[in-house]
Amino acid sequence: MKLELRGITKVFGPLVANDHIDLVVEPGEIHALLGENGAGKSTLMNVLYGLYDPDGGEILLDGEQVRFKGPGDAVAAGIGMVHQHFMLVPVFTVAESVALGYEPAGPGGVLDLDRARQRVTEISERFGFHVDPDALIEDLPVGVQQRVEIIKALSRDAKVLILDEPTAVLTPQETDELIGIMGELKEAGTSIVFITHKLREVRAVADKITVIRRGKVVGEASPSSTETELASMMVGRSVSLTVDKEPATPGGPAFVVEDLTVVSPAGNVLVDDISFEVRAGEILCIAGVQGNGQTELAEAILGLEEVDSGRMVLDGTELGGTGVRDRLRAGIGFVPEDRSTDGVISSFTIAENLVLDIYDTPDFARGVTMSPTKVAENAVRRADEFDVRYTDVQDPISTLSGGNAQKVVLAREMSRPLRLLVASQPTRGLDVGSIEFVHNRVVRERDKGTPCIIVSTELDEVLGLADRIAVMYRGRIVGVVDGADADRDMLGLMMAGVPLEDARRQAAEHHSVLGEADRAETPGAPAAAAETPHTPDPASPEERP
Amino acid sequence: MVKPLTESMVFSVPLILAGLGIAVGFRAGLFNIGAQGQIIVGAIVAAWLGFAFDLPPVVHLLVAILGGAIGGAVYGGIPGVLKARFGANEVIVTIMLNYIAVYLISFILRQPTFNPGRTGQRSPAVSADATYPLLIPEWLVPGNTFRLHWGFVVAVLATVFVWWLLERSTVGFEIRAVGANPKAARTAGMSVGRTTIITMVVAGALAGLAATGQVLGTEGSLTAGVAASYGFDAITVALLGRSRPWGTFFAGLLFGALKAGGFLMQSLTQTPIDIVLVVQSLIVLFIAAPPLVRTIFRLPAPSARPRSRRAVKEAAA
Repeated sequence: MKLELRGITKVFGPLVANDHIDLVVEPGEIHALLGENGAGKSTLMNVLYGLYDPDGGEILLDGEQVRFKGPGDAVAAGIGMVHQHFMLVPVFTVAESVALGYEPAGPGGVLDLDRARQRVTEISERFGFHVDPDALIEDLPVGVQQRVEIIKALSRDAKVLILDEPTAVLTPQETDELIGIMGELKEAGTSIVFITHKLREVRAVADKITVIRRGKVVGEASPSSTETELASMMVGRSVSLTVDKEPATPGGPAFVVEDLTVVSPAGNVLVDDISFEVRAGEILCIAGVQGNGQTELAEAILGLEEVDSGRMVLDGTELGGTGVRDRLRAGIGFVPEDRSTDGVISSFTIAENLVLDIYDTPDFARGVTMSPTKVAENAVRRADEFDVRYTDVQDPISTLSGGNAQKVVLAREMSRPLRLLVASQPTRGLDVGSIEFVHNRVVRERDKGTPCIIVSTELDEVLGLADRIAVMYRGRIVGVVDGADADRDMLGLMMAGVPLEDARRQAAEHHSVLGEADRAETPGAPAAAAETPHTPDPASPEERP
Repeated sequence: MVKPLTESMVFSVPLILAGLGIAVGFRAGLFNIGAQGQIIVGAIVAAWLGFAFDLPPVVHLLVAILGGAIGGAVYGGIPGVLKARFGANEVIVTIMLNYIAVYLISFILRQPTFNPGRTGQRSPAVSADATYPLLIPEWLVPGNTFRLHWGFVVAVLATVFVWWLLERSTVGFEIRAVGANPKAARTAGMSVGRTTIITMVVAGALAGLAATGQVLGTEGSLTAGVAASYGFDAITVALLGRSRPWGTFFAGLLFGALKAGGFLMQSLTQTPIDIVLVVQSLIVLFIAAPPLVRTIFRLPAPSARPRSRRAVKEAAA
């Protein structure tokens, strides 16, 4: 089925999310929609899926104009969508999940699960999905859950399949499988709209690439364009994709974790007997697929998560038995994984958010009386130093974009002399420009001699930033690799629980599509056309004591 | 001409004070339904200190006021501790404590100390030293019958205090942070439990002050109906004031006027007094349900993410 969008416009208040977007997807084509977070990709797809009513423009299917009043209409017209966050019920079986929404019924309204089961098997076999219709959703790995979503769409005869950031939760190997599935679907004549901000994947799978920036189509590109070309189209200026850093000059072990175990209240072992150390002046990245204990590890370091056994020693001082505040005051900088729920208070002003964990220090308060002037002065200084784009520091932080809000968090956490920096997913949801900025600041903190722990699920980030990499799987550290000789395939296998040596061997034997792309590029000539140091370079305000 | 105004202010004293207590709770994300009980306990303590002791003039009043505040604070602190320590839901606990307070006062009013005449209705009158002086004394306006007393000044001072507490103190910063996003507050090293307890103690103390306005001022003694429905009306007042100190103050004045004017309106114009309740209820409805109001009057929804002019300009650049 040929899908055509003409002049789609969607306005939210003063914000034009989609500005006369044209898009043509031919039958059996994988069409990548590339753009940064907030560029308007998801809005466009929600318009197409009938979730939003467009303010202008039309949708054509095989040359005929259609109008969707809701997702039901879109599904009936042959459009399927796999959301970034899966819409599945954990306690349902695969067959039940697929049946949900159009429940096939026998006589008397009795649910005909056999028919659903049959449909799952049929589709699963046709495309080589290997999905058991009777498995419970909660028992399935994310990669398979995603396949269930795809089956769900296909079972409703989707001719156009929209995949919204499908690889965000997958290991490289799972991504590989997904790419295979996309190929199969394409052969069968299904059109795929593939939404992403990851350049590498786009080049690996897309037939055609449309780049969106700030709600407008800024151009089309072919998969043979280089990543740098795509990135500059996406961002609107040339960017550096590699993290610019000198080799680390680590000192002695500054932060040591010994036999750390964290057990959830329900009795699940979340962090399982972990030991590692971070040296002064090095970046240790904790890699792994989301939900393998990294979050809990980071929270345990700050004292948010109760430790079951084991100990943590920072510069010779035991951390056990101290509270969150003590640890912050002891010099731990903490960038939480979920900025909006843990990092900032959205109704507070930018200035207040910048002192969220230092509001009662003598710098800002005399006794219990706070000084609004000092808080505001601090805000202006920090915001300028960290290049936060704001109108007024007294505006609520919710008026800032994700990237700027994250800079506020970093500015706050790095405004104190640090003895340890723990940052979880520091660049999640950020645009390329902000990612570059965040990485540079982390490297600069490292160069000051601070031990840094970066938890990330993004392999690109891990490979670019880390001096050493620890891979976590099911609460354990599978292995620690040196940043220099890490390779994407090997890390990917380790993220799936394959021990270090096996992973190294297997990775050498079989290269994934994305790993292949890595090799093609290295030995990497500087990817960026021109370095654009877009940040002022303030003298580092605090020296380590 | 002036008397109705002062009457409105008389009625507004407990509404403003208890409303402030509720508002502080709201800002910390706590739904304190217990102002009623906190008023009753505060009233018992204040009245007892007022009639059972003999202290020098100014000191006696201050002791009685302080006692009322502490009584309310302790009674408000109970749900705070239960929530912080055991995670008990403050809504349920405060409702239950309201019942306890209601039966407590009727029990107390049957005790010999509180009820020498055995009528079970009213305690002995609070000593003259422990009552709020009238705000407009006889010598200033001879022959006046104004009941307005210094409790109103206490309400104004309390409003200023609450403003300072919420907007200018580190404690208020914690209260607002915990109320807006407890997870982020915890991550920033604040103690959610401690803040919960402090908030409930402050809320209870304010409700206790509301009680002093009644027993040490308007009523002059402890009665079973001392709290009337002030503890519940205060919730409406705080809602109307959008949990802001001065907003609550003016909302309290408005509700005080409605209360004061209701009776007169009924006797002079035969308008049923229930209309006051109707007006109050409509106010709550309109504040509590902005989407409903927007639907009725076809107002546009505020945009999800307000963008400043400069941000738009930057985006265009």
